[in-house]
Amino acid sequence: MGRFSGFGVTLRQVFRPRVTERFPGELSPPPPRLHGRHVLGRYPDGMEKCIGCELCAGVCPARCIHVRGADNPPDAPVAPGERYGFVYEINYLRCIHCDLCVEACPTEAITETKLFAFSFTRRADAIYTKEELLVDDDGRARRLPWELWSDDLDAHTGAWMRATSPGGDASYEGRVLWSADLGFGHRPPEQGQRRRGTAGDDVGDGEAEAPAPAAEER
Amino acid sequence: MVLGADPLLADGVDGTVLLIVVGKTVATFALLLLLVLFYIWFMRKVIADMQNRIGPDQAGPYGVLQTLADGIKLFFKEPSIPDRADRTLFRLAPYLAAVPAFLAFSIVPIGGEVSIAGHRTYLQLVEVPVGILVLLACSGIGLYGVMLAGWASGSKYPLIGAVRASAQMLSYEAAFSLAIVGALVQAGSLSTRDIVDAQAWQGPASPFTDWFAVPALVAFVIFLIAAIAETNHPPFDLVEAEQELVGGFNTEYTGIRFAIFYLAEFMNLITMCAIAVTLFLGGPSGPGFGFLASDHPLNTWVMPPVWFFVKLGFLLYGTVWLRASLPRLRYDQLMNLGWKWLIELAFLWVAASGVIVVAREQGWNRLVVVPAVAVGFLAVLGALRACFPRPDEAEEWA
Repeated sequence: MGRFSGFGVTLRQVFRPRVTERFPGELSPPPPRLHGRHVLGRYPDGMEKCIGCELCAGVCPARCIHVRGADNPPDAPVAPGERYGFVYEINYLRCIHCDLCVEACPTEAITETKLFAFSFTRRADAIYTKEELLVDDDGRARRLPWELWSDDLDAHTGAWMRATSPGGDASYEGRVLWSADLGFGHRPPEQGQRRRGTAGDDVGDGEAEAPAPAAEER
Repeated sequence: MVLGADPLLADGVDGTVLLIVVGKTVATFALLLLLVLFYIWFMRKVIADMQNRIGPDQAGPYGVLQTLADGIKLFFKEPSIPDRADRTLFRLAPYLAAVPAFLAFSIVPIGGEVSIAGHRTYLQLVEVPVGILVLLACSGIGLYGVMLAGWASGSKYPLIGAVRASAQMLSYEAAFSLAIVGALVQAGSLSTRDIVDAQAWQGPASPFTDWFAVPALVAFVIFLIAAIAETNHPPFDLVEAEQELVGGFNTEYTGIRFAIFYLAEFMNLITMCAIAVTLFLGGPSGPGFGFLASDHPLNTWVMPPVWFFVKLGFLLYGTVWLRASLPRLRYDQLMNLGWKWLIELAFLWVAASGVIVVAREQGWNRLVVVPAVAVGFLAVLGALRACFPRPDEAEEWA
């Protein structure tokens, strides 16, 4: 029956569950490390994290980020410190979502949500300005009319963590080295690639919000 | 008079009769179009089922209007003609494909005798005494549509597709016709009405004894294979092999002309399945409501068409199943199957069943005739196959 067994294969599928995801109607949970559109974060006191250093623009392989810094107004500072991001634009017709800007950012100002379904009908809409990228007063990403959001798409945006820590030191895995976010505080970090409970894993769940280990060692 | 077989025309033609004929024509055309719409949706749904998908579900309830939406879209698309095309033939070809597909369906009996406005008539568009010849003629003309489309496109891929199509359809025409003869031998008539009457419902044993599917089993199987190959449907669709030929003979067609080809392709398939139902599965024959009079509307208007469409549905499901399960045949496999197996099998079957039918009529001893026929069948088949070159020899010749 070898020649005809294919008929059985196709007939059997009829009684199996469908694998189709009904995409625009029902959104399945995003993969934990999905790279989506960016947000510009704020500290819990509402100050913007971006200091206008242009490192993200410099590292961007697609050259899609345009940043101009300016001095903080002394009486109404936008960001803590001397400078802030006066202009911040990302062209999503060019962005490849490589996340190098996130790695380059010294203040964790730019992070990526998991929003992937955004489609524009005008080129101007593809260039996100600072007003659109900056989180709102509750610390949530702004939802633009052409974006398809669900609540879990910006749930772990701020506390994104690498598999190992910054600098490649595996002992920092799973520890929060990031500053707190407006509306979220210190978010629990994403777990790394190392399996829990293996030798050398000294980080427990309870320590997730512990202060960062002495970074001045290096 | 060619059309005289229908009792509608027995008492001469007047205005009412004309109206009835026009009405039947329109109804048959609409029915075939609806069947195509339904079949394309059905095919996509069933294939989706067999591939763990959902299939079209946006247009209308369960997506039934998807085909309609596709048709409307194609209708409003620009019909383009290539510069190097033969413009007349290019425009003509879609209709050469579609019209015979519809004409062939007109001989299919969908029900028994009914009465409309005091006139008795068959539930069938035309009753031609040589009905099956009409079918063969139509499928022959349909080939011209495909061939001229490929030729008139002035482009190489359609031409290759058309050459393949002609070779394939000519090859399988022989097996196809001989398989039909397998049923004709049983019925003793070319008229579809007579064929269906010969398979009329006698009791629960009818599907096995009266319908020709079992007495002419080999012819039935050959007919199904050859009919799928005739209509260029999977797994015999190498006429439209996308990987090799872009789209096959209809590569250069766009808009409504492409839609007509598409329509013709599925019309042909439905017609072939309907013919298979007529020839081998008893057409509209099936149990009616015994407690009602035999001329009650339920027994004339409702039940026969219901049985016809149930059988048609089974065959159509089979074609979809084939489409979902089998990979496309290679060209040499197609030709080997057609020329080396189907034609000789069909030939031998016609000879064998002819002997058996005559033996039944003459009252010869069945215990002698059947084994003798079987031995003769196998002996000739073995002798023929011994004459074929073995595969390694065939390669030397090539």
